[in-house]
Amino acid sequence: MAERVVDRHNEYLRIEGVSKRFGDFAAVDNVSLSIYKGEIFCLLGGSGCGKTTLLRMLAGFETPTSGRILIDGQDMAGIPPYERPVNMMFQSYALFPHMTVMQNVAFGLEQEGVDKNEIRRRVDDMLGIVKLGDFAKRKPHQLSGGQRQRVALARALVKKPKLLLLDEPLGALDKKLREHTQFELINLQEQLGVTFVVVTHDQEEAMTLASRIGVMNKGQIVQVGTPTDIYEFPNSRFVADFIGSVNMFEGKLIEDEPAYVRIGCPELETTVFVSHGISAPPDAQVTVAIRPEKIEMSRTAPASGENHVTGVVKEIAYMGDLSIYLVRLPAGRLVRVTIPNVERHDERIVWDETVHLSWHSSSPVVLIQ
Amino acid sequence: MRRSLLSTLKSWSQPRNLVIGVPYLWLLAFFAIPFVIVLKISFSWMQPIQPGYAPLLEWVEETRRLVVSFNFDNYQVLLRESLYVDTFLYSVKVAAVSTFWCLLIGYPMAYAIARSKPSTRNLLLMLIILPFWTSFLLRVYAWVGLLKTNGVINNTLLAMGLIDEPLTLLYTDFAVYVGIVYSYLPFMILPLYSNLEKHDLTLLEAAADLGARPFKAFFRVTLPLSMPGIVAGCLLVFIPAVGEFVMPSLLGRTDQLMIGTVLSAQFFGARNWPVAGAVAIVLLLVLLLPILLFQRYQRRELEAARR
Repeated sequence: MAERVVDRHNEYLRIEGVSKRFGDFAAVDNVSLSIYKGEIFCLLGGSGCGKTTLLRMLAGFETPTSGRILIDGQDMAGIPPYERPVNMMFQSYALFPHMTVMQNVAFGLEQEGVDKNEIRRRVDDMLGIVKLGDFAKRKPHQLSGGQRQRVALARALVKKPKLLLLDEPLGALDKKLREHTQFELINLQEQLGVTFVVVTHDQEEAMTLASRIGVMNKGQIVQVGTPTDIYEFPNSRFVADFIGSVNMFEGKLIEDEPAYVRIGCPELETTVFVSHGISAPPDAQVTVAIRPEKIEMSRTAPASGENHVTGVVKEIAYMGDLSIYLVRLPAGRLVRVTIPNVERHDERIVWDETVHLSWHSSSPVVLIQ
Repeated sequence: MRRSLLSTLKSWSQPRNLVIGVPYLWLLAFFAIPFVIVLKISFSWMQPIQPGYAPLLEWVEETRRLVVSFNFDNYQVLLRESLYVDTFLYSVKVAAVSTFWCLLIGYPMAYAIARSKPSTRNLLLMLIILPFWTSFLLRVYAWVGLLKTNGVINNTLLAMGLIDEPLTLLYTDFAVYVGIVYSYLPFMILPLYSNLEKHDLTLLEAAADLGARPFKAFFRVTLPLSMPGIVAGCLLVFIPAVGEFVMPSLLGRTDQLMIGTVLSAQFFGARNWPVAGAVAIVLLLVLLLPILLFQRYQRRELEAARR
């Protein structure tokens, strides 16, 4: 997860308290966001969370019930899609089936009234960039899924938009192609300096593509941050649970010092020591979240008695690069632990072994909401 | 050899082949055989006694010879007499103009139905089909009542003071167009509707996103994609309209016949079956062209859909 630098002085898209209601249902509920020039911003959320509706409002296909959308300082209210300085890549690609690849890509430039020779030159350039030069005369139905995706991208990018909206850009591709295309997209974005707003339900996709992620739930943005922020410091149970997998334990604040906290977790039958302070009222009900890869598992007890429990291995899933263990604690709770398969050793922990689980005091995330 | 014959017979009786065979049998019985009979009649000599035409092949016992008597004059007369060429051209003109108006009126209607709410869509389609539930002749006669000098349209216009004397509407080309357009409009609307209804509307969003105004998007995207529907609708109107004979005889000019009327007059009036047969064959050949065109379009669409 290489973090890309975001220039926060160069705001390009501003969403101010935007809501979209369909009858009583708020598809998008009072969303405010700033998106900066040259970044890849991912709107991440499950189906029906309002991310696509928000994207469609940016493109102009839906009108906000309330709030304002400003692109480059200009209020977009009342401006139809065909006059907005944005382009969209549709989830279904929406390629014109009766036109060749070349005609599809040229379509947008023809609408601008660009000179014929200029169109030809720019279309050729763009097809070269997406490596479709040899397919210019083909119709969309003669292309593979990956090629269609690149035509859709070329068609949107040839207009040199300042802002490109991508609706599940990799959703229709198979896994191998998706991984490959993710990096191509990032390269292209850096090469052309376009600001991307990507809608996706796929957290892996969001993590690789995004400079920042906005996690959406029930029409609201619940957290905005870099992929690392979102993963390592989720601000709510929803985000912690939605991004990656996590072990969550209910607990109660026992000691609350500026430098550390101690939380009693009945499910763990121990207290959790966290090496940083939190801001919560005394005796507050909190949730302790620990990522599976941050838990160490061994046959022998660790040196420190802090943050240490024992359990019995109940399930093992071998994934190749890592293995997932489900360990049952005496209280009955299952804990998920992932261990990278670094060596091809024969000493792997097996079913029904009693193991010691421990974690570093900086690993747990304490969630108040 | 016998074995292969047996297996051939066996393969014919396969359920799959029987199912495929039914339409072929139907075409054979009700198209191919009648066609051959008409073709035969069109080359024979007319004779006053039953069945109205002489046989092509006749075994003459006294000379012990097979007499073959082909009559090509039935076709030559079609070129020789200007009546036939004129009526042919007039029929094609009437059919073409009617098809044009059907398209002009039917396209917006089909478009509106295809874009309306699914719940109202069925109702609107019902309204298109509803006139078929009353007799075709009755509906054409109703137009006589509307168009005649003392008819509903003239009387209304007179009462409103828009005209001083009745317009001549009935027994004109206009009346024939009205009749044909009115009767054949559903044949234009239904194939257009079934095409337009399948359009992916995100294509229009994509066009708008790329900077095309709605009008432009229609001409660049919707119209070309509805071409198969346009072709199907036009042929479904044009082909029967060329051979139309009810409309011109009830609503049309008395000094200008359509080929359908001539055909019926030769057949029933003059009882000249050979010439009537020749007219029918030529009509069929003329219409074969657009039919082949239609098939080519259909095949191309099928190929595109299969991918």
